[in-house]
Amino acid sequence: MSAASSNYDVAIIGGGHNGLVAAACLARAGIKTILLEAADAVGGAARGYEFHPGFKVSGCAQILNLLRPEIVDALRLGDHGLRYAASDLATLSLLGDGQYLALDDKAALAQVSAADAENLPDFRRRMIRYANALAPSLLRQAPRMDFANRANVWELARFGLRIRMLGRRDMRELLRIIGMNAYDLVTDEFENETLKASIALDAVMGNFMGPRSPNSVYTYLYRMAGSTNGNRGALALPAGGVAAVMQALAAAARSAGAEIRTGSPVARVLVKDERATGVVLDDGTEIASRIVLSNADPKTSLLNLLGPEHLDTEFVRRTRHFRDRGTTAKLHLALDALPDSLRNLPKQGQARFLLTPGLLGLERAFDACKYRTVPDAPPMEIVIPTLSDPSLAPEGKHVLSANVQYVPYALAEGNWDGARAKLREGLIASIDTQLPGIKDRIVGAELLTPADIEAKFRLGGGHWHQGEISLDQIWTLRPVPGFVQYRMPVAGFYLCGAGTHPGGGITGAPGWNAAQAVIADLKTEPTR
Amino acid sequence: MSALKGHIAQNLLPTPFYERVLPLNLNHSWERWEGYLSVGCFDNIEREYTAIRNAVSVYDISPMTQYRIGGADATRFLDRLMTRDMTKVAIGQVAYAIWCDDDGKVVEDGTVFRLGERDYLINVQEQNLSWFQDTAFQYDVSIADVTEELCGLSIQGPLSRQGLEQIGLKDVTALKFFRLVQVELDGMKIILTRTGFTGDLGFEVYLRPEHALAFWDRLMATKLSPRIVPTGSHALNLARIEAGFLQVNTDFIGSERCQRHSQRRSPFELGFERLVNFKKPYFVGKRALLREQAAGGPRWRTVGLDVTGNKPADGSLLYDGNREIGRVTSAMWSPTCKRNLAIATVEAEYGALGRTMQVDIWVTKELRIEKRLVSGRVVERPFYNPPHRLT
Repeated sequence: MSAASSNYDVAIIGGGHNGLVAAACLARAGIKTILLEAADAVGGAARGYEFHPGFKVSGCAQILNLLRPEIVDALRLGDHGLRYAASDLATLSLLGDGQYLALDDKAALAQVSAADAENLPDFRRRMIRYANALAPSLLRQAPRMDFANRANVWELARFGLRIRMLGRRDMRELLRIIGMNAYDLVTDEFENETLKASIALDAVMGNFMGPRSPNSVYTYLYRMAGSTNGNRGALALPAGGVAAVMQALAAAARSAGAEIRTGSPVARVLVKDERATGVVLDDGTEIASRIVLSNADPKTSLLNLLGPEHLDTEFVRRTRHFRDRGTTAKLHLALDALPDSLRNLPKQGQARFLLTPGLLGLERAFDACKYRTVPDAPPMEIVIPTLSDPSLAPEGKHVLSANVQYVPYALAEGNWDGARAKLREGLIASIDTQLPGIKDRIVGAELLTPADIEAKFRLGGGHWHQGEISLDQIWTLRPVPGFVQYRMPVAGFYLCGAGTHPGGGITGAPGWNAAQAVIADLKTEPTR
Repeated sequence: MSALKGHIAQNLLPTPFYERVLPLNLNHSWERWEGYLSVGCFDNIEREYTAIRNAVSVYDISPMTQYRIGGADATRFLDRLMTRDMTKVAIGQVAYAIWCDDDGKVVEDGTVFRLGERDYLINVQEQNLSWFQDTAFQYDVSIADVTEELCGLSIQGPLSRQGLEQIGLKDVTALKFFRLVQVELDGMKIILTRTGFTGDLGFEVYLRPEHALAFWDRLMATKLSPRIVPTGSHALNLARIEAGFLQVNTDFIGSERCQRHSQRRSPFELGFERLVNFKKPYFVGKRALLREQAAGGPRWRTVGLDVTGNKPADGSLLYDGNREIGRVTSAMWSPTCKRNLAIATVEAEYGALGRTMQVDIWVTKELRIEKRLVSGRVVERPFYNPPHRLT
């Protein structure tokens, strides 16, 4: 083992967006920070790469909708290169053979349901009001259930007060629906099947949930709590893809003085006298630090990098039981041209395309995850980022990127090596029935199942959020009850990934919140 | 034995000694012990108790739950699980140990037999399998519940060594306190330990169930047999109180079974200081126990009390003036010590030796209940510790 490098205040494991946000926040506070990324580029699961020569994608991330504006402002990401190629995507639900329903087009919607066309804007306004009430608490530490601690009680009170401030009617309604399932909610609200399924798909995307799974309304509100350019719930395509946002974050961190080392996988956390004292890399290099902040998922961080020998039995049990098996696959297609069916769609560059089998079909599609089978025509969310940013592919060519909901992490029979090609062909055939002619334009394809995502991005379970966003795994319970404020049981060891409050998606909130916890602790703790 | 079938049909399982014990259990006094039938009192508690202290007692400990621990990380695992330094336990040694939960509260206590380099047997009153398995996560260990593969007798009393010598267990003569030896006697594989729950000279033998009756018959055929008395749990309980031993679910509740968090107890609250080693690597509950120390120490103390008079202070509340400060968890009039003894949990500040308090004893006289407020004084445990126990 080589001699210890110069001492750092904080060593961050993993250069996903939360690690980058934390690095930038810490460095801006004058804290000597090093970020260690295993891959050759930062970005974590939103890392940019060419899946086919000349065709660029941003890992699992195809849309930016949750990044906190407070973080965009504080880290001056605009100055570091954040630009939007599209900032308020329309949603087109595909109906087969090039037909579609534009959900944002009131007149078009009115043709299929006058009632829905009238109700949809009101529904969105209501959901945004509820999301507004929840959003502030997502960028703060979750309270612990410790009523002897005044700060905790105050945090609980603030949360309660924000809900109360909605007014009696909205408060009642929020409390009524927050634990509900998306199926019942959209059935109560709407009559058009396509509209219902589209909203339900947004609610369940990324989670082990069908529309009828409890708490799928919370996940919908979590999604609505995101905003772009002050526009709640808006979906954006950053110029250069989401990977460019990762580069902007890295630039912000570097310019604030953080050191970023890529190609430096961490083997384990060093512990001395029951305190984290740094990390050791795969090549044996030791890096000493007063605090270790891990952006890796909770299981990897606690059970592999730290090790159960430093932890208590019940804590290990709860960490192991953290549900983090991914349900969403990623499909990338390299197209040498767009088929007419796609060219005829309106606003293609400023839209996303949903492929849903109806509300009941969506629930049935969940069976593939429940019973671990290869899904047959699963729901998808498709974007063609090259329409608004041609730099992502060779001239005149295009990238199609799709989130495929309900692809199990593992199969009950056989494995993905034997089934990946079958699923890929199935997905392509399924897209081709919606957008005829696309099949003949494909020059390259990549399909990442959750297990592939796990391996490629070192994301245990391959889950969008590093772990389910369910009522038993959020807020004061995420990732482990009693340890929700980023500080883990071993002194000096912190988590900052999506597996902590508030959860995943590219919010930056866990990294931001964790950095605040570290800054507070370094202030009160004397230098060793 | 089709154990499960019988288990359901009879509710409680007979132990392998059942055939011999049944005709002797004149009181038909049966108790439940982790799914097994266990004798409360065969005939006369005084006779059984007197055998423990003056002759030889035989107590069926087959219901004792036993886990065999093996694998490359066996020692490391036990050292993580238990609060004392398990790396210092030699082959052939028995170690009394406790284990704690995350909050530093005692899950249970038991004895650990080190049978080989990577071969241990944990003896414990209740089942702990899931706790052990979860503590062993990522450790290369095997944990097997061998409760049904072993049965056992606890043979206690000043003449117990003589009795075992007479059946041909020669190794008993030189066996030191808290040591074990694995022997074979006429084809019966036996683990012989010098341990017990009576505070007297005593041994435990563990053997395969199919040898249970042969061993029993052999013991009862010795010259000493008129002085060998089968004993039930009631008499044993008197002996263990005199010895100052704590009984799980009587003097404290194992933290995994506790319904009320406030009833869990730390090792320091139970007086197990000597079983906690803060210098060894991390063990489950260490951080919480260090926090307890840093916060001013335990809230409770478990103490021995010498109570005025001769009425056992069973379940008595303890007072300092009008203030309730604790509770008696075990009590007896000790025929050997000629003292009225109690084990009690008191607020920590009342735990010092010599501290006095009022003991509220309720005495029933036929249908009348008399309330007596007498004095109790904190005294050393064990109350009874004869020299022949260790020699």
